Amino acid sequence: MARTDRRFTGRIWKYGDNVNTDVIFPGKYTYTLKTPEEIAAHALEDLDPGFAANVQPGDLVVAGRNWGCGSSREQAVSCLVLAGVRAVIARSFSRIWYRNALNNGLLALECPAFVDLAVAGDTATVVLDEAYIATSNGRTVTFQPLSDDVLRILEAGGLIPYIKQQMAV
Amino acid sequence: MPGQTFAQKALARAAGRDTCAVGEILDVEPDVVLSHDNTAAIRRIWEEFGQDRVKHPERMAITLDHAVPAPSAVHAQNHREIREFVGDQGIVHFFEAGRGICHQVLSEEVVVRPGQVILGADSHTPHFGWLGAFGAGIGRSEVAALWAQGQLWLKVPATMRINLNGAMPEGVTAKDFALRIIGDMGADGGLYRSIEFAGDTIHAMTLESRMVLPNMMAEFGAKNAVICPDEPVLTWCLERLAMRHGIEAGSSAWADLADGLRKDCLYPDTDCELESELHFAAEDLEPYIARPHSVDDVVPLSELGQVNVDAAFIGTCTNGRLEDMSAAANILATRRLAPGLSLVIIPASSQVLEACIELGYAETFARAGAMLGVPGCGPCMGNHFGVPAPGETVISSANRNFRGRMGTPSAGIYLSSPAVVAASAVAGRIVDPRELD
Repeated sequence: MARTDRRFTGRIWKYGDNVNTDVIFPGKYTYTLKTPEEIAAHALEDLDPGFAANVQPGDLVVAGRNWGCGSSREQAVSCLVLAGVRAVIARSFSRIWYRNALNNGLLALECPAFVDLAVAGDTATVVLDEAYIATSNGRTVTFQPLSDDVLRILEAGGLIPYIKQQMAV
Repeated sequence: MPGQTFAQKALARAAGRDTCAVGEILDVEPDVVLSHDNTAAIRRIWEEFGQDRVKHPERMAITLDHAVPAPSAVHAQNHREIREFVGDQGIVHFFEAGRGICHQVLSEEVVVRPGQVILGADSHTPHFGWLGAFGAGIGRSEVAALWAQGQLWLKVPATMRINLNGAMPEGVTAKDFALRIIGDMGADGGLYRSIEFAGDTIHAMTLESRMVLPNMMAEFGAKNAVICPDEPVLTWCLERLAMRHGIEAGSSAWADLADGLRKDCLYPDTDCELESELHFAAEDLEPYIARPHSVDDVVPLSELGQVNVDAAFIGTCTNGRLEDMSAAANILATRRLAPGLSLVIIPASSQVLEACIELGYAETFARAGAMLGVPGCGPCMGNHFGVPAPGETVISSANRNFRGRMGTPSAGIYLSSPAVVAASAVAGRIVDPRELD
């Protein structure tokens, strides 16, 4: 699932600070739910019960500080990927969640200025090459461009496909 | 060039370097790679690489702890697949269901030593800072990558030093100090940081109490947390390693082991660069409570007000050790649980359980009306063994109180020290044990 498109528009789901992995993907499912459909169906179950049924491919999740704090469970990323989320944009990320996002090919952008502007249900356009995000009413904010290391992993579709590419060389 | 922090020294060593800079990205070779019940899922990822053998089986440590004994056939199958994998790959550091929680067991067995780096598919891996190791949590894919390649990129974190000096008041524990830090600074107060604990109060703590601090820094957003190893830590490591390898006290092998442990200890340079430094006076601390549904919603117990509880839980990698069992036993020895309330007590390891039996705590718990569980994570993340009913209120010695953490989104979880949990189980409401009759 390489995500190489460099400019994309998505609909915004907006949440607050310290959204933790237990409400993103409950711990009671971590050893029992295995298929992509099952995992996607429980995304954000205890945060926003309407999310999994209504999320559309290409949607954006926007959040406050410390998104993804708590457990190291990777389903807290893969449930969003499998639900079709294109990127998560937050004021800051929990470090394990952030690594898991890159390692699963999910774009995670720190951009507090955009979080201030973002309105749930509205759309926004992310332009990776120029490192900015535009709101539907034309306001733009910039973010720190991604490092080449990060881009290589993202473009491979995550850490596992990236290593497989390396091992094949 | 300024001196190096603990994190710089530990990561530089694991990257085969003399020094490194904060913010630098290093390819690190961890000494130990930890996984638990998630090992079967990691194996499925690793199999995508098409390797027959993992690169360093001797560096892998695997425990069965998150759902033991298996609560369902799916969990049982998961354990079975892990046992097969362990056998196929010749993994020595494998700990069966019932041995205990990964962080406690690897501490008891000294699978990780001072100065080493351990990366684990478990967010509480900073735990190993209690013995002077660099521990950080990583994801399942990263563990699969480590099995295949033996190395992983890590960014060198900036360091926040937290000092605690003075005498702790009676009834105040390391857990209270951890809650105070997180309450003051927020759940992201230590985000991406290496936390160095220092001060005379830290080194006056028992080793079991010290374990609470780096462990709880997972809830502070920290990458790792560390307490510089001192004589009690070295003695702990030496005695356990010597027993495991059949080395007699006073022999030359014993002396070599002691020298090796001492030589590997890492201490921050006095002129290292700290990003920030906090100072706490132990005299100012009191028992604290984290309220639902956030670990940083912390209030002094004295200001909590009336909170009735339906269920209580003592255990986990944070507070399931012998001194925690002892604190509970002291309170329960002459008392019974409040009517209608359940108390689950789960020792963090089989060694803690054995000691509970020897010391009579197991009998005390049973007579008081508590349920004594199998060493493991228990209901901490809602798998089994004491999941609350909808709308119930729980007092727990665990590390997290997120909504739904114990399996029931409408339950409210309060966090405290084990003594407060035990006292509250007797009173039927959250109370300070110093106020019990």
